[in-house]
Amino acid sequence: MTVTTLAVLVPLLPFLGAAAALFLGKRAPGFAQPVAVLPTAAAFVLAAIVAARQGSGPATDAAHRLTPTGSVPIDLALHLDGFAVLIAVLVGLVATCVQLYSTGYLRDDPRYVSYSALVSLFTAAMFLVVYSGDLMVLLVGWEVMGICSYFLVGHYWETEAARSASIKAFLVTKLGDVPFLIGLFALATDAGTFRINGILTAATHGELHHPTLIALLLLAGVAGKSAQFPLHTWLPDAMAGPTPVSALIHAATMVAAGIYFVARLLPVFETSSAAMAVLAAMAAITMIGSGLAALAQDDIKRVLAYSTIGQLGYMAGALAVGDRSAAVFHLLSHGAFKALLFLGAGVVIHSAGTNSLAAMSRMGDLGKRIPDAMWTMGIALAALAALPPFSGFFSKESVLRAAEHAAGGHTAHIPAAVGWTVLVAGLVTAVLTAGYATRLFLLAFRGQGATVADHGREPVVMNAVLWVLAIPTIGFGMISLLPRVFDLPQWFDGEALSPTLTTSVLGIGLALVGILAMYGAWQATATRRRVPIGAVVAAPPQDLEPALVEETAIDTHAKVYGDIAAAEDPGDPGRLLLGPLHRHAAHGFHLDALYAALFVRPVLAAAGLVRFLDREVIETYVSGTGAAPRLLGAAVRRAQTGNVQTYLSVLLAGSVVLAVLVAVGA
Amino acid sequence: MHLVYPAVLSALLFSVGLYGVLARRNAILVLMSLEVMLNAVNLNLVAFDVWLRDRLHAGQALTLFVIVVAAAEIGIGLAIVLLVYRNRGTSDVDRLTDLADSDDPSVVAAPEEKAEAAA
Amino acid sequence: MSLAAAPSGFLSPTGVEIAFVLVGIATVGAALVTVSTKQLVHAALWLVVTLGGLAVEYLLLTAEFIAWVQVLIYVGSVVVLLLFGLMLTKAPIGRSPDADSGNRWAALVVAVASATTLVWVVVDAFRATWINLDGAVQGSTKVTGQILFQHWVLPFEALSVLLLAALVGAIVLSRRTDRKNGAR
Repeated sequence: MTVTTLAVLVPLLPFLGAAAALFLGKRAPGFAQPVAVLPTAAAFVLAAIVAARQGSGPATDAAHRLTPTGSVPIDLALHLDGFAVLIAVLVGLVATCVQLYSTGYLRDDPRYVSYSALVSLFTAAMFLVVYSGDLMVLLVGWEVMGICSYFLVGHYWETEAARSASIKAFLVTKLGDVPFLIGLFALATDAGTFRINGILTAATHGELHHPTLIALLLLAGVAGKSAQFPLHTWLPDAMAGPTPVSALIHAATMVAAGIYFVARLLPVFETSSAAMAVLAAMAAITMIGSGLAALAQDDIKRVLAYSTIGQLGYMAGALAVGDRSAAVFHLLSHGAFKALLFLGAGVVIHSAGTNSLAAMSRMGDLGKRIPDAMWTMGIALAALAALPPFSGFFSKESVLRAAEHAAGGHTAHIPAAVGWTVLVAGLVTAVLTAGYATRLFLLAFRGQGATVADHGREPVVMNAVLWVLAIPTIGFGMISLLPRVFDLPQWFDGEALSPTLTTSVLGIGLALVGILAMYGAWQATATRRRVPIGAVVAAPPQDLEPALVEETAIDTHAKVYGDIAAAEDPGDPGRLLLGPLHRHAAHGFHLDALYAALFVRPVLAAAGLVRFLDREVIETYVSGTGAAPRLLGAAVRRAQTGNVQTYLSVLLAGSVVLAVLVAVGA
Repeated sequence: MHLVYPAVLSALLFSVGLYGVLARRNAILVLMSLEVMLNAVNLNLVAFDVWLRDRLHAGQALTLFVIVVAAAEIGIGLAIVLLVYRNRGTSDVDRLTDLADSDDPSVVAAPEEKAEAAA
Repeated sequence: MSLAAAPSGFLSPTGVEIAFVLVGIATVGAALVTVSTKQLVHAALWLVVTLGGLAVEYLLLTAEFIAWVQVLIYVGSVVVLLLFGLMLTKAPIGRSPDADSGNRWAALVVAVASATTLVWVVVDAFRATWINLDGAVQGSTKVTGQILFQHWVLPFEALSVLLLAALVGAIVLSRRTDRKNGAR
């Protein structure tokens, strides 16, 4: 089979798997798990084969035009290059891991069939986005991911949090998608084609007439999908979905789609320095803000969500300084370790019976009970904090290196100020990232206090998946040091990705500063953690489904701690370090309240007005048209007395009047 | 003789009969008023017949026929009034209002019950 | 034709005219009492006066036969029938205050309006028209019999069938039915 055929099969298999799951799931429950796992796993293998065959060679293009579609043609086009095939491998790996993990995590879920089908469909859509060589086809995958995300976040739709989170995720991403769609049309009109290759050719030849407008419109969609400021607010709330969904969608793949899109169309963005400046500012605000917010979160998954936003900010920063190799490199390594972190968090939540870090920090022996999760999450958190030799270190250094390069004014099209912005923000975020990674580890696994009730054994498949994902977390960065085995820059644009001395020293130093500061704060607050706080899901049945524990924990968090995100815990080292900022950071710097005041309340007021107009004004007309004939009818009815003499009187009076009229008229 | 005299007399009698038909409550008095109206018409017919000196005397012939028809009508009319009185215990015209629109569906069924009670 | 042969003017009433007007006033008065009296039986008796007055008017108009038919059928039978009817429906003897319905004032308005209209039209139309009562009697029994049985014999026979039908109908309607014996 040719590479093209294999590449077509990669998105097709999970799609067919989803269809089969929906059709077969109810009739043959025994097949639900194989139908969920096998197509995704096969797609992963095929994606790996495609990557191996494609290698670092020239890009493969294939296109088929189904039907003429008017002025701007739409093709079913494939574009395979180093970026696409490597990201496809990542998607396949994470999706396979998530599907395996879900067989344990949601083993007794009554909606497992539709859940797994949606995950498969989502995977297919992500493959489509990655491989697509045509913007319209890419948009199809983009939107399918959006709707799958909506359904999967709302998987526990019995809880209020999940319902509102799914609607919020959908609306906020759609808010970005509208300008995105307009931008796509403007871009295609300027370039005369939807094919990415054609657009890139047009961009390099300066044939785009409105580069800034197009780039800004597209950035809105990217900000929505990749959870960048100011459209990032949906991602922390989306943690109300099941943990595997968070791992797949909100860490490794869907949020990466925006970054990948910019990476593919980077020449278009580079034609507008304004767009690059906006992207840089967006990335800088996102990075620092999310780092601060992550320090204040109490829900373990929300910490990870904010860290995802921050890491996506790194990627956006790398793109802003014009280095898409670094961005995609960080995307790949981050995808692996963030999926690992989320899946590990699922294990922790199940074992602890709570998602609250405040409650976990008062729990003894949690780390001993789940050593697999503790070790793998430790590795992943080290990668997140960019400690060598883990993968996060190398990819983050490549970003910092690119920023430093741009700050020195050595990158074409990129102003030095953009480079400085990204570099400074990246370094500050390095401290914050190391801080919240340390806080997460210490609070979750180094708690002191009574041993928590046993929530049953962790399914083997879940622990196995953690170790599988630990392999790229450890090795993916180091392999880039061995150009003979795996020459990563050759797969990309050929730019060097290995760390430089300056940024390495700076990065490691700042990370150590963050770790030590957090450790010190943790020690300083140790006595305050003696006071018990929090609630734990009591689970007498030994084999309770892990997802149920999580659902209950999410549902009760707001009731127990008064807030879905934060907890009033004086023993939180993050609170000590943040000081007065803590209150604001815990609520995402009140951005939700701002949006509520700016958009939600006016819309609600307008809806109230419309409702008033409809109910009180228009309805009055409608009921008036009914009431007027009824009144007339009642009046006429009163005349119908049944008294013949009355009728006859009126009849004769009428005829007299007529006779007089005729006589007078004559 | 001036034609206006019988014509005006006829018009006045007709109007008086009209008043009786419209104002009287007892059905038999209504029938009486009806007779007055018919006779007013008859007077007109005779007067105009005499005035025109019609060779066929159509006016007088018609008057005779009207008298006969009136006799038949009074017979049938009285029979109906008797029947109504027997069924309802009254011959008041303004209480025979079953044709009136009523909110109460039981009113429709009432005459049947009364008929059975009277039988 | 009668206009040309008119021997008298509008303001020179003959004896016949005076008699006609006087009887006419009596007739209208009796009719008014008939439709307004509170005593139901009196109404029937005043109806006799009205019908009798009309018979006199027919005589004055030289329609002899019709006058006698009027007396025979109306005064003789119809009024008797009406009195029977009054008795059979147990009409109260003496004053009954509710002889007139609530429709009375509307009826009065309609009646006055129609009287005004009719009188106005009639007077306006026949202001200068005279009836020539001289010469052969217009409605003697002989004349009436001749035209009735020469020209109007078919309607006459049809009318007899109508009378028969009315007779049968009146009997059927007023017969007491006994449902238990399945008479109907």
